[in-house]
Amino acid sequence: MRTSTRRSHRVVALAAVAALATGLLAGCASDDDNSSGSNNGGGNAKGKTTLTVGTFGVFGYKQAGLYDDYMKLHPDISIKENVTTRTDVYWPKVLTRLQAGSGTDDIQAIEVGNITEAVQTQGSKFVDLGKDVDKSQWLEWKNAQATTTDGKLIGLGTDTGPMAICYRKDLFKKAGLETDRTKLAAQWKGDWAKYVDVGKEYMKKAPKGTKYVDSASSVYNAALGGGSERYYDKDGKVIWDKSDGVKKAWDVAMTVATSNMSAKLKQFDKPWDQGYANGTFATVACPAWMIGYIEQKSGDSGKGNWDVAAAPTASNWGGSFLGVPTASKHQKEAVALAKWLTAPEQQAKVFAKQASFPSTPSAFATLKPAADTTAYFSNAPITQIFADSAKTIPIQYFGIKDQPINTALTDVGILQVEQKGKSPAQGWDAAKNEIKDVLGQ
Amino acid sequence: MSSSKQALAQSAASAEAASGTQPGAARGAHGRGTPPPGPDSWRSRLYRWDMKASPYAFISPFFIIFGAFSLIPLLYTAWYSLHNVQLSSLDQQTWAGLDNYRNLLTSDFFWNALKNTFTIGVISTVPQLMAAIGLAHLLNYRLRGSTVWRVVMLTPYATSVAAATLVFTLLYSWDGGMINWFLHFVGIDPVNWRESDWGSQFAVSSIVIWRWTGYNALIYLAAMQAIPADLYESASIDGANRWQQFLHVTVPQLRPTILFTVVVSTIGATQLFGEPLLFGGVSGSKGGSEHQYQTLGLYMYDQGWIIGNLGKASAIAWSMFLILLIVAVINLLFTRRMRKSQ
Repeated sequence: MRTSTRRSHRVVALAAVAALATGLLAGCASDDDNSSGSNNGGGNAKGKTTLTVGTFGVFGYKQAGLYDDYMKLHPDISIKENVTTRTDVYWPKVLTRLQAGSGTDDIQAIEVGNITEAVQTQGSKFVDLGKDVDKSQWLEWKNAQATTTDGKLIGLGTDTGPMAICYRKDLFKKAGLETDRTKLAAQWKGDWAKYVDVGKEYMKKAPKGTKYVDSASSVYNAALGGGSERYYDKDGKVIWDKSDGVKKAWDVAMTVATSNMSAKLKQFDKPWDQGYANGTFATVACPAWMIGYIEQKSGDSGKGNWDVAAAPTASNWGGSFLGVPTASKHQKEAVALAKWLTAPEQQAKVFAKQASFPSTPSAFATLKPAADTTAYFSNAPITQIFADSAKTIPIQYFGIKDQPINTALTDVGILQVEQKGKSPAQGWDAAKNEIKDVLGQ
Repeated sequence: MSSSKQALAQSAASAEAASGTQPGAARGAHGRGTPPPGPDSWRSRLYRWDMKASPYAFISPFFIIFGAFSLIPLLYTAWYSLHNVQLSSLDQQTWAGLDNYRNLLTSDFFWNALKNTFTIGVISTVPQLMAAIGLAHLLNYRLRGSTVWRVVMLTPYATSVAAATLVFTLLYSWDGGMINWFLHFVGIDPVNWRESDWGSQFAVSSIVIWRWTGYNALIYLAAMQAIPADLYESASIDGANRWQQFLHVTVPQLRPTILFTVVVSTIGATQLFGEPLLFGGVSGSKGGSEHQYQTLGLYMYDQGWIIGNLGKASAIAWSMFLILLIVAVINLLFTRRMRKSQ
């Protein structure tokens, strides 16, 4: 009797250990299931389907109330958004999950810098959306970026990043420069070098403690987004060191980096935010999605002082797509949701909330920015300026390693010249070494 | 590893001792039943099997988890490091032999990262441990509210890397940071803490020092309190002052503890990752425009997850592992010598 109770203790203990071990292992597994969300589809009350949307940064769908609207229209659907703040953390995670065939969300956002990699290497892991939608809704170049060589459309365009110049009217006035947005646009029209020339004027009488631009890299990105060639040619060959677009953008950035007109900040760093709050730079090349950011970071001190003028050339920076992984257990529902979220009416709503610019031209006419945003930017015709830019943006070809190459040029090459006093030639060589490392040469 | 093996051996031995060689003791101590007589009764066999196997079952969770989350990934990384593997096409692996390692040996970036890991390691570990000993010595005196001081010492350790680094990044900000503002008063030109070579390494080290000094001080304090008081007594009778007591009694008595903290800090320094990554802000994995504070951990992350070259990143991971093994061997030799000399 006694031994048997003891033995049963043992059995209980062993069982506990085993349960603990499997519990730990299962804990990890069920974590994955949660983030995929596809497994607990039936778990919700009365057979509701839960769709998960994986995004990065701020897409604005939740903020604009789109998920709630959709759930009202479709009572059998509930939506959960999984947000990762940084793209460089988000994308590797998506890549590994796509290839593992599990753990992906039902809808996965793809940034334009990653779209080529997705098209060329993950084409088979995404549902072809081409036959479910009217492709003519989107800008032609937007669709082209998300289409595989065999004609499969793996992502629906969300926003684009048409470029303008945001500038501080009050600082321009103090520096004795033109403050009218159309006259300014005319001064630098057609060439980013002219925009830099205005900077030289600005620095002659710059208000104390202010610079003309936030960084040389931002000018580089803006100028690069307006050229026809980036780092890869149409056939996916790396041509970065021969690319005309890169060379032009580099030269303009070098003029800025070697002058005194840059506040030498790194974009999206804390000190950059502080620069907005303290008004330490007078202009920034601003894609549409940056409008909300400027308004938020500059705060009350910038109200009515910021204005928006057309950029020297039509240029694009950023923008995203929504794709549906084939691993999704609710493909049909996910496609319907992706289609709805990227439809012109919904894109217009996101624009009204946070000025993310639509990739669907039919929405352009109906765009209305939030009233306080318009007031914040001195009643500038923001919609008009961005729409004009979006219509004339050249088609650009991105490559698999587009982002690391770009980082090598901006955060190694340009930064060395701007902050470490290296010569432009040294900066170029440093970027070249870095890109060799990136490409594994 | 060795400690867990020892524990294993010990628990097996004690299980053996309890099993039947000293039935009286076993019964008395634990209220356990005497094993039934008869060597081939199934009960007895079950009993012996139980005694032998149970300890392994109890420690198995650790080994199962270690295997699933450490050993298998470790071996898989070794396999990757011998292939060309891209993050975006994991199933297309081509055999590369030792190419990845050969590339590392000829890569300036790798040697630079190794050098940075070493220099940041030295300028963070040495002052950290010295300050920790000093603090522990002060805390060892009778102080009012000693518990409060000890808790205060440990708070930086309890802060998350992200939060601490964020605050330090603001302090070290080039334009308007508190440290440059202070230097301005002393008449020193502002330092570009993020982009200068030594400035950036110093800044990263200071975050490490801030976070770990208190932790090490508490370990030293615990060891100090185990030093018998009569040693100090006899030293003071011999006319040794406080400083001499510290030098000739405290430090020699702390030697094994110092060695332990050195080993732990060295491992930490070799794996340094979070602080420089977050200190760098956007594209922090580059460790500055000239990679002036890119450690091996950052270089691995940059290659694997930013650039997407997993084969090379795996080779870096294994190189780091080998470096740690070498450090461990040096440490072992050092310990042996020290034991002999005692």
